[in-house]
Amino acid sequence: MSRQKPVKMKKSRQDRIVDFAIHAIAVIMILAVIYPLWFIIIASFSNPADVANGNVWVWPKKWILDGYRELFKQTAIWRSYGNTIIYTITGTLVALLVNITAGYAMSRKDMVGRKWINLFYIIPMFISGGLIPIYLVVKDFNLLDSFWVMIVPFSVSTYNIIVARTFFNSSLPEGLWESAQIDGCGTIRYFFRFAIPLSKAIIAVIGLWTAVGIWNSWFNALIYLQSANLQPLQLLLRRILISNQSLLGAATGEMASELRRLSDMMKYASIVISTIPIMCLYPFLQKYFNQGVMIGAIKE
Amino acid sequence: MKKLSKGTKGAKVSLGRGLKKSIPLYILLFPSAVLLFCFAYLPMYGLLIAFKDYSPALGIMGSPWVGFKHFLKFFNSYQFTLTLKNTLSISLYGIIVGFPLPIALALLCNQIRNQKFKKVFQVTTYLPHFISTMVMCGLILIFLSPSSGIIANFFRLFGVELPNFMASVTAFKHVYVWSDIWQHLGWDSIIYLAALSAIDPTYYEAATIDGASTMQKIRYIDIPLILSTAMILLILRAGGILSVGFEKVLLLQNTQNSMGSEIISTYVYKVGMQSFQYSLSTAIGLFNTVVNLAVLLVVNWFSKKTTDTGLI
Repeated sequence: MSRQKPVKMKKSRQDRIVDFAIHAIAVIMILAVIYPLWFIIIASFSNPADVANGNVWVWPKKWILDGYRELFKQTAIWRSYGNTIIYTITGTLVALLVNITAGYAMSRKDMVGRKWINLFYIIPMFISGGLIPIYLVVKDFNLLDSFWVMIVPFSVSTYNIIVARTFFNSSLPEGLWESAQIDGCGTIRYFFRFAIPLSKAIIAVIGLWTAVGIWNSWFNALIYLQSANLQPLQLLLRRILISNQSLLGAATGEMASELRRLSDMMKYASIVISTIPIMCLYPFLQKYFNQGVMIGAIKE
Repeated sequence: MKKLSKGTKGAKVSLGRGLKKSIPLYILLFPSAVLLFCFAYLPMYGLLIAFKDYSPALGIMGSPWVGFKHFLKFFNSYQFTLTLKNTLSISLYGIIVGFPLPIALALLCNQIRNQKFKKVFQVTTYLPHFISTMVMCGLILIFLSPSSGIIANFFRLFGVELPNFMASVTAFKHVYVWSDIWQHLGWDSIIYLAALSAIDPTYYEAATIDGASTMQKIRYIDIPLILSTAMILLILRAGGILSVGFEKVLLLQNTQNSMGSEIISTYVYKVGMQSFQYSLSTAIGLFNTVVNLAVLLVVNWFSKKTTDTGLI
């Protein structure tokens, strides 16, 4: 007894230290994530000279709206913003339709030829034609530089189908289908009347994944689209953020330094306006994540 | 009676009935199967051009066979060692850092008892995952700018002048890997948190009664029970060993850092889409796929042998 007591005491003190360390690390990590995001927001409202000289740390010296004003004056930004919204909505709907139906069908154990169909879906996960062969196929289908190239060719995702299949398998009770069958309900009707309404969580999760993917994609647009009026927001961002090309055009002398100032402000503003919509989507769907993602995306 | 007559004839009848009953399911599969056939299987057929001198006028079938010419051309070029070395070093670095950290984060998050704080922690650490690659690269360039970036400004407060990381051949992989960690660490830990939340709470109760400390519970309960999830994820990552985040590298690449940033997939893009050497580009891409698949199979085999967990 007398021996055990000090050991126990020591342990609980050790536990308290561990506990403190865990919370300290957690707070540091939260700050490490939040600060860069916060900095972009305050920088977008600050004079670029103040930002560059290191005078802006936690609050703008003076609130300035020039970056946003100049950004919204550009017709290119409105057009590409609109394109991205349309691509995201249409693309997400198509992807949900295609992947959820497939996921449900794959979840049914009474489907004849299930094993072979499974293989047909799995193989492309590991073997891909690669850049040029896919490009040639897209070209052969006459999809180059068209609206649909951003939506149709890449809508099937085997990964999402597997996640949906797992979800249907584990959350739709077998008895429900059996009793629906006895009542004379066919597969298709059962799918729309029972399976879909009971699967809001997985629809929300796959919908969010797809929407984020399309909103953020640019490479497909880079290789498959030429027309300026089809370009998505991310390609415009590439011009503003990466290739250091201003939307304001070239100028010399005093004009040039003013344009440089505006273009720096537009950098921050464009990051803010392109990132906020997609981040706002997430908290609304977050409640589904525990159900959706957690249904072991990995387990078969 | 029906059960008794289980001859070949009976099996055929039931197969026929099964097929008929499966028709609605085939209808549900139809759209995805067609798309998969068109945009995944037809390009696999297109892989043939890696063994041909492809010319668009002659088509895939009409172009002449040249065997392994394009593969040999790649293996003998100086880009082969350069791109392979860069791809492997970035990828392995990414696995060594990026594989254990999400596990550590999940174990840490699992220890937070205050539910509200835990939620705040999770939501914030997931957030950067939703930033696009484009914006992420923009942020990297802005923050790391040697003249006006916030990091350089911060160090200047202490009188330290930082080098231009984006112009450095050796710094590239650090910038790449650690910015990835910042962006995806929280998100990557989700799956482990799910595994941890599935652990039977009686294990912890029993351990507490036996006087186990927090660290001991983590070591003897948490870690062993998420090991199989970890192995599967490791196999998946190993299977993508030559597929480093291509878009991010392409966006961060410039002429000064290209010796450290040129990877196989950026090279495939340049050869194919910029200099239109379709066959050579496809051959390099095929090499990439084959190596990935081989590594996946080897790691999977090894994992099955040692921990009894496998993907295939």
